[in-house]
Amino acid sequence: MAKAATAPAPTTRVSLLRVLGPAHVWALGVGIVLVGEFTGWNFSVDKGGTLAALIVCWVVGLLYTSVAMIDSEVTSTVAAAGGQYAQAKHIVGPLMAFNVALYLVFAYTMLEVSDAILTGDMIVTVAATDGLTHNAFIAVTIVTLAWLNYRGVLMTLNVNFIITALAYASIVILFFSVQPWSQGTVLRLGEMVTPQNALPYGWIGVIASFQFGIWFYLGIEGTTQAAEEVRSPARSLPYGTMAGMITLLIAAALTWYVCASLLPWEYLGFTFFPLYDAARMTGSPILEFLLFWGTVLSAVASANGCINDAARAWFSLGRDRYLPTWFSAVHPKYRTPYRSILFLLPIALAFAFIADLNQAITFSILSGVLQYTFMSINIMMFRNKWPLGSIRRGYTHPFHPIPAVVLLVLCVVTYFAIFLGFGSQLTAMVVFYTVVSLWFHFYRYQYVRRGDQFTMPWPKPLGY
Amino acid sequence: MWVTISYICWAISAALASWMVFDWYKTDSSYSEDMLTSSREGEIEAATEKHKI
Repeated sequence: MAKAATAPAPTTRVSLLRVLGPAHVWALGVGIVLVGEFTGWNFSVDKGGTLAALIVCWVVGLLYTSVAMIDSEVTSTVAAAGGQYAQAKHIVGPLMAFNVALYLVFAYTMLEVSDAILTGDMIVTVAATDGLTHNAFIAVTIVTLAWLNYRGVLMTLNVNFIITALAYASIVILFFSVQPWSQGTVLRLGEMVTPQNALPYGWIGVIASFQFGIWFYLGIEGTTQAAEEVRSPARSLPYGTMAGMITLLIAAALTWYVCASLLPWEYLGFTFFPLYDAARMTGSPILEFLLFWGTVLSAVASANGCINDAARAWFSLGRDRYLPTWFSAVHPKYRTPYRSILFLLPIALAFAFIADLNQAITFSILSGVLQYTFMSINIMMFRNKWPLGSIRRGYTHPFHPIPAVVLLVLCVVTYFAIFLGFGSQLTAMVVFYTVVSLWFHFYRYQYVRRGDQFTMPWPKPLGY
Repeated sequence: MWVTISYICWAISAALASWMVFDWYKTDSSYSEDMLTSSREGEIEAATEKHKI
């Protein structure tokens, strides 16, 4: 083994590898999200009925289209690992950035935990063997994906591209197999959704269903974490993110249509595997097989992308000394943030072994919504401080400030929805973020090299 | 069969985790801390995105 004395000189910089293209950005974003079609979104049916799920599918789609447009503009300009964290640091300030990074790490780690639990539960359900628990399948999912991430980002996202495309194909195949053009042949939408059960709890049910309607698209903003590893951030990030959003809007519509036409709403709002159960209802073993693997692959793709994103957010915190610099190490051979990946691995495993799926999903959603709230404020500050024409943007989103206002309003509605169902978790998370903010402000910030953290070669902001 | 598969999953997990811990130790003892933590934000910007319009 080589000694430190014989290692390359300290002046040699080791940074993340710039090897990704728009397809990898798509694979990262859609890979993280697509599992929401296979499970999660359907709990909105339990909250407000099948029609409520369709309403939130489109309204939350609007929220995420705003997220994707806003993110594309800011990230194509602030192209750094950490994504929204780096944006917050440059546009709002260090305390906001610290909080945003924690939102990211929590949202992605909890989503990874949910994905692993889903994979384990799916396998245990299909195996139907006495004494078999999901722990072994959870462990192999998380550890194998962490290993893949450890070994390099290119292979990680190549794998994600393939398995995400396969999972997506399973939804499309199911859709065309049930003859969607001919209601009554296989599908029974008219019988499943009637005027009596479409909105069983009225409009308050529609509001309540926002909480889980978010799962149709939760995580598409994760594309920004690849900013430092794409060959052309200004081109790849907007292209990959917007293409991903279009893909997801189509998948969400297909999923709702098939599931609402095959499963009674009481069951649809309760099951953990809505698309798999819809496939079983067709009586076709081929479709059942396809959707089993579609569910597993989508969960694996999501966990894979989440490990990638959480590690980069954590790594960025270390690089700016918001956390010990130890976390900012890059592997000299694989060019990955290997210490951050390894640090988060046992945390994810611990949560996956002890947490309940609903709780993990709720913590992930809460952190995500906090992040979207930040994004709506962030873009307004960005446009005010650096108006169009003052710096080069890879993409300029249209209709400003309408998307930002829409995003903010929908976030407020979602907070209310979460409060209705998980008020104590919402309060606990707000208390948590308040305490860590105080810790950062009064203790940790003294270790930050204040001038070094602002790296973008921009002109002074307007008004400063 | 599924119980056997679950044991295989545990074995794969243990093997991959051990490999990562070993590689972590090997890497940390082969390279200086300054080099491992030398990554800086904004290097892409400095190299390719001049922000001149």
